[in-house]
Amino acid sequence: MSDEDEIILSDLPDDELVQQMFDDLYDGLKEEIEEAVHILLDRGWEPYRVLTEALVGGMTIVGHDFRDGILFVPEVLLAANAMKGGMFILKPLLAETGAPQVGKMVIGTVKGDIHDIGKNLVGMMMEGAGFEVIDLGINNSVEKYLEAMEAEKPDILGMSALLTTTMPYMKVVIDTMIEKGIRDDYTVLVGGAPLNEEFGKAIGADAYCRDAAVAVETAKTFMARKHNQATAAH
Amino acid sequence: MLNDDTLTNEGLAATGAGPILLLACGALAHEILALKRLNGWDHMDLTCLPAKLHLYPEKITGAVAEAVKKHRAKYDQIFVLYADCGTGGLLAAKCAELGVEMLQGPHCYSFFQGNDDFASKIDDEFTSFYLTDFLVKQFDAFVWRPMGLDRHPELRDMIFGNYTQLVYQAQTKDPKLEAKAQECARRLQLDYVYRFTGYGDLGKAMQDFTRLKDAAS
Repeated sequence: MSDEDEIILSDLPDDELVQQMFDDLYDGLKEEIEEAVHILLDRGWEPYRVLTEALVGGMTIVGHDFRDGILFVPEVLLAANAMKGGMFILKPLLAETGAPQVGKMVIGTVKGDIHDIGKNLVGMMMEGAGFEVIDLGINNSVEKYLEAMEAEKPDILGMSALLTTTMPYMKVVIDTMIEKGIRDDYTVLVGGAPLNEEFGKAIGADAYCRDAAVAVETAKTFMARKHNQATAAH
Repeated sequence: MLNDDTLTNEGLAATGAGPILLLACGALAHEILALKRLNGWDHMDLTCLPAKLHLYPEKITGAVAEAVKKHRAKYDQIFVLYADCGTGGLLAAKCAELGVEMLQGPHCYSFFQGNDDFASKIDDEFTSFYLTDFLVKQFDAFVWRPMGLDRHPELRDMIFGNYTQLVYQAQTKDPKLEAKAQECARRLQLDYVYRFTGYGDLGKAMQDFTRLKDAAS
């Protein structure tokens, strides 16, 4: 690109800057995203608005194109890395400004499994959608999930697995929750490449989520249902 | 002579010879043909689906089902030489529905090492990244380029950061391949482990299939 073609982000009006951020997220340009986030904040945008309109808006496009086979894992990782740069700036500000809290999720990859790309994407998109996310990382035993649920009292438990050999462990966790009489206290969402809807049903999860966008929508639906039930009970 | 790029991208066409068709992953073609030669299994024909299907495991079940339907009129029996391969049980269900047998185990790393042995070691080795002969040869096509590491080496930590070692499961004793496998480990910044497996459970599964069919006929 020649110097004449170079886009000066700070020269763009808000709507064009947000469009440019969509493009930059799509291209995984972390520094540009960080710069644009600062520009919008300097222009008086609320951190929550920057997050939802610019970052989540852009990542939603990335997610759709990944689902449709237009983008592949490396491009999604680069986009996620760029979004992470923006989130890093916004997170402390979101806490200060009291951004709306949709719900709380504990998420982790199951025991014997070290794959976390999908889980990290889900966690990030859930945060973008206003959920508080407690990420347990990889290789989580049933005890670790139970401890985290006890300590954090989340609305949602998310479990991820990439391997055919590790995905049955999700049933171990759910069965233990049933044994302890706490299964119905949580919405259990599961995901990972070898999983499918039948598997989710068979192990007693509330839903199988095909990708991060579906996970966010499913989580929102369950939170709305929970809210409605609580309202109806009063 | 088999071409690895062709096996990766296009697969291998059946020749029409023999009453049994082996419907396999392109990544297994060399080993299957070697076993056929060693055992004189001339009554088995081989066709392979493109090995690159493994980059999209959700497409494997449909592709296998389509191939079974395409070939079944021409053969007495079809043996599907795929393990679960990331299909989450869908391939096994489809094979059962179609009335064809398939390999046991979660994936080729498991059956090459021996399913029992692999399962017994996995609690200590779940941070291992595995390569077979074929995958060592096709490392760039299967790992380096699809993961974007050729264009974005900075993705290494996001993709391989949780792995600790690369285990080269060797089907053949080939110093050149071993040197390449070591180089793959270096590029991924993983410790290197060499493990000679030979053909593991693959040969036994083919032999069992042959015996069963002989007994039935």
